[in-house]
Amino acid sequence: MSEKKILTATEQPDTGSALKKSLGMTSADVVFEVRESEIRGRGGAGFPTGIKWNLAGAASGSNKMVICNADEGEPGTFKDRYLIENYSLKLLEGMTIAGYAIGSSYGIIYLRAEYPYLIPVIEKARENLIRENLLGENILGTDFNFDIEIRPGAGAYVCGEETSLIESLEGKRGVPRNKPPFPVNSGYLFRPTIVNNVETFTAVPHIILNGAEWYQGLGIGNCTGTKLFSISGDIENPGVYELPMGSPISELLEASGSKDVQAVQVGGASGATITADELDRSLSFEDLPPGGSVIVFNSSRNMMDVLENFLEFFVHESCGQCTTCREGNVRLLDAVHLIRNGEISSMEELEPFFQLAEVMKISSKCGLGQTSPNCFIDIVTRFIDLPDEKEGE
Amino acid sequence: MMPNISVKINGTVTSVREGVTILDACKTAGVEIPTLCYHPDLSLAGNCRMCLVEVEGWRTLAIACVTPVTPNMVVLTHSKKVRHARRTVLKLLLASHNVNCPECERNKNCELQELAEIHNITSNEYQTSPKPESIEEVSPGIMRDNSRCIMCTRCVRTCEELQSVAVIKPVGRSSSVTISTFMDRSLNDVPCTQCGQCIVRCPTGALFETSEIRPVWEAIENPDKFVVFQTAPAVRVGLAEALGLPIDRSTGQMVAAIRGLGVDRVLDTDFTADLTIIEEGHELISRLKGALVDNDKSVALPMMTSCSPGWIKFIEHKYPELLSNVSTCKSPQQMFGALAKTYLAGKEGIDPANIVSVSIMPCTAKKFEKERPEMRDSGYKDVDYVLTTRELARMIDEAGIDFEKIAEEKFDRWMGDSTGAGVIFGATGGVMEAALRTAYEIITGHEIPFDGLNVEPVRGMEGIKEAAITMPERMATGFEFLAGVTLKVAVAHGLANAKILMDKVQSGEADYHFIEIMACPGGCLGGGGQPIPTSPEIRQKRTESIYAEDAALHFRKSHANPEVQLLYAEFLKEPLGHKSHELLHTHYIKRD
Repeated sequence: MSEKKILTATEQPDTGSALKKSLGMTSADVVFEVRESEIRGRGGAGFPTGIKWNLAGAASGSNKMVICNADEGEPGTFKDRYLIENYSLKLLEGMTIAGYAIGSSYGIIYLRAEYPYLIPVIEKARENLIRENLLGENILGTDFNFDIEIRPGAGAYVCGEETSLIESLEGKRGVPRNKPPFPVNSGYLFRPTIVNNVETFTAVPHIILNGAEWYQGLGIGNCTGTKLFSISGDIENPGVYELPMGSPISELLEASGSKDVQAVQVGGASGATITADELDRSLSFEDLPPGGSVIVFNSSRNMMDVLENFLEFFVHESCGQCTTCREGNVRLLDAVHLIRNGEISSMEELEPFFQLAEVMKISSKCGLGQTSPNCFIDIVTRFIDLPDEKEGE
Repeated sequence: MMPNISVKINGTVTSVREGVTILDACKTAGVEIPTLCYHPDLSLAGNCRMCLVEVEGWRTLAIACVTPVTPNMVVLTHSKKVRHARRTVLKLLLASHNVNCPECERNKNCELQELAEIHNITSNEYQTSPKPESIEEVSPGIMRDNSRCIMCTRCVRTCEELQSVAVIKPVGRSSSVTISTFMDRSLNDVPCTQCGQCIVRCPTGALFETSEIRPVWEAIENPDKFVVFQTAPAVRVGLAEALGLPIDRSTGQMVAAIRGLGVDRVLDTDFTADLTIIEEGHELISRLKGALVDNDKSVALPMMTSCSPGWIKFIEHKYPELLSNVSTCKSPQQMFGALAKTYLAGKEGIDPANIVSVSIMPCTAKKFEKERPEMRDSGYKDVDYVLTTRELARMIDEAGIDFEKIAEEKFDRWMGDSTGAGVIFGATGGVMEAALRTAYEIITGHEIPFDGLNVEPVRGMEGIKEAAITMPERMATGFEFLAGVTLKVAVAHGLANAKILMDKVQSGEADYHFIEIMACPGGCLGGGGQPIPTSPEIRQKRTESIYAEDAALHFRKSHANPEVQLLYAEFLKEPLGHKSHELLHTHYIKRD
């Protein structure tokens, strides 16, 4: 077994021990430790967390904000739900440490609309922390104040994108903003804001307690830390697994008991789809960006069904703001229908749609439209057997 | 001020101010970037993806209209990548656009059509499903056809940012997103002011005026009908532009062209603009007397102008508690309508039942105004049809009239005289200036002490303008109560500015005596019925034309208008008199 349980270990460090250690450090040293750990955002985009904190800490502007992105909406992802259910004390502690690090006294958890049953869980953790003076006013006798509020989302996938999430928090339509300015300079209500994933915040207490060097050592190769994966599909033991970052996908499949593999979808619908021949590829930002979702398809699955399903999802979830995403996903889905009904029967005829996919990747406003064509490119090129040219020509 | 930096655009190093957008930097460098959602009057949206450019070192293309330049940025504006992306964006937009150009109001004046032509889009491999079909929604002034909408949100931003009305928003998501209203209601059932500012900023034909060209042709072609046209001040500085000619005043050609359509009488709304000044000026003086001499608490001050129907609808919806501050004077259009079927009918010896009263307006809200049930004081519908400047241009085109070559002609008599004061109604501050020219002279017996009668403090494009004029110690007989009084006035254009002023009035922060409000930026010359496109520069040029027309006229003060004098002598008898109240004044209603 290649699992490496840190965040999900049965034995957890004492609640508040990492916060206590942080409060004994300067805020700059806390940011430094996180930066040195080289932890990258666990939501999928992989932006270095320490750099984000450093920018927000240095930004001018008052009432800085710590926002936890718990809008876990990527199909096949459920690792944040698992963390909140079981380790919410660590999540809140991580957010509090972030508040101390960037000079913020207020945090918001933007919780996926479909997770209302987690609200009491978080509320209970918050109350416990307040009782122990680990949250609220004058935390552990210092002059540091920090509190956390839960705000449920409204069910839009795009609100997992940080600027859409911020718009939604402000009570507006959840659509991405133009960048710059970046949230670290002007985020929620124009305040300097950090938005981090549940898993990122949950890792922070461990980094503070054990040090950056320890955290770096957890990863394989250039990767640092461990990573949680939600694995589902045609496997024996679906669930959440914690592995060193950089592990080959084969180890995750082994841990979760998969036998018959036709395709593996890594990083959710917007991630990469690979064949059974590519299982030595690594779960890392350098190879297969690991948002958290891994879906296994066995040989009985029709990959055109899979593709159609993913594209229907994107056609439903595009916010509709920018042209390439709003219109592009519709046309890619149309192409799938044309392949299925035989109107498109060669790669040559698909060429304009590959071109469209490439344009979407570089022209869309946010990560949604930039990554939604991935499934089209991967599945059509790897799993659909079409002749290069139209028959009879 | 930010320092200058060097950027390289298509291989050429250019010096631009740090922080300007790539779009502006390219403009400086003489490189044109296509845009759709960008508009100089509005905030930046960055949603159409038309202005994509390549920036060295960037994984994605940059949006030129929102991305600021940084030192030594290397920009390519027509690389293969950029060209592919732009063509793809255009094809995607066209594939979901109801391409029915010949039937579209914006044919040959459509930004999407123009870009498709420039980028040589002759086939579209993304037309994988049928185009949407027309879905028209009608209100008195504005029609919408969302099948032509490209979701640039210029209308949304106009409604919210310039007008603080905000009745339209994107609704739904992905490809089913539409620009809609609260609960998808009709524009009739939301606080839309019908100003039409959305129309003049729409890049396609998704928004357009509710056309009345057909019934107007039918009236002209009906020998039993006596068709009377009135032309608003701002039309004469917009019509040439609407016909594709350079921006200039064209009063004489306009009159000739309208006569060429077969109209029986071509008359001037300026005439009733002058009349408005007389009535409104006296109303102001009477309110001042009530407040200052009689100490009458029921007199509402500041008095506010009532010429702009978009503004009237706005205040009826948003500040109904201030309605008693609004002048009871009808707008010049409606005064004209009421007189056309009474006074003019008598002068011409025509049965008013046979008169068809048509007004040419720079405005779409005027189409709404003429439908108000209280606008029937002549015993008939005072104004039968309202055409925008654009609709008039279409009729002139259809009639084959060569506007450039046509010889200038004069308005017909009885209601055709105008003064410079009437003309400047078309520009923001114009009503105020005209009112001051007349009111000052009535109460002091002397001309207003401004060089050339030009009341400069109320002119110009500042959103809110203020002026204070102190009355001399010696006043005309009957107006001694105003001796030494400082008259404070304010002018706002664009409803967002009107809102700022109204909030001040409501909070008691403002101590003005008289306020002029025009719903549209720049005043009527920037109206929703004016030529498309609009921009600060275009409105500036139209403004210059308006003031040039004023300066060129023999009479510059409303009370000097000979036909207005005749009207009072023969028909109305006196300002605010019995006949005036019957025909020229009105009331307002609270709207939800």
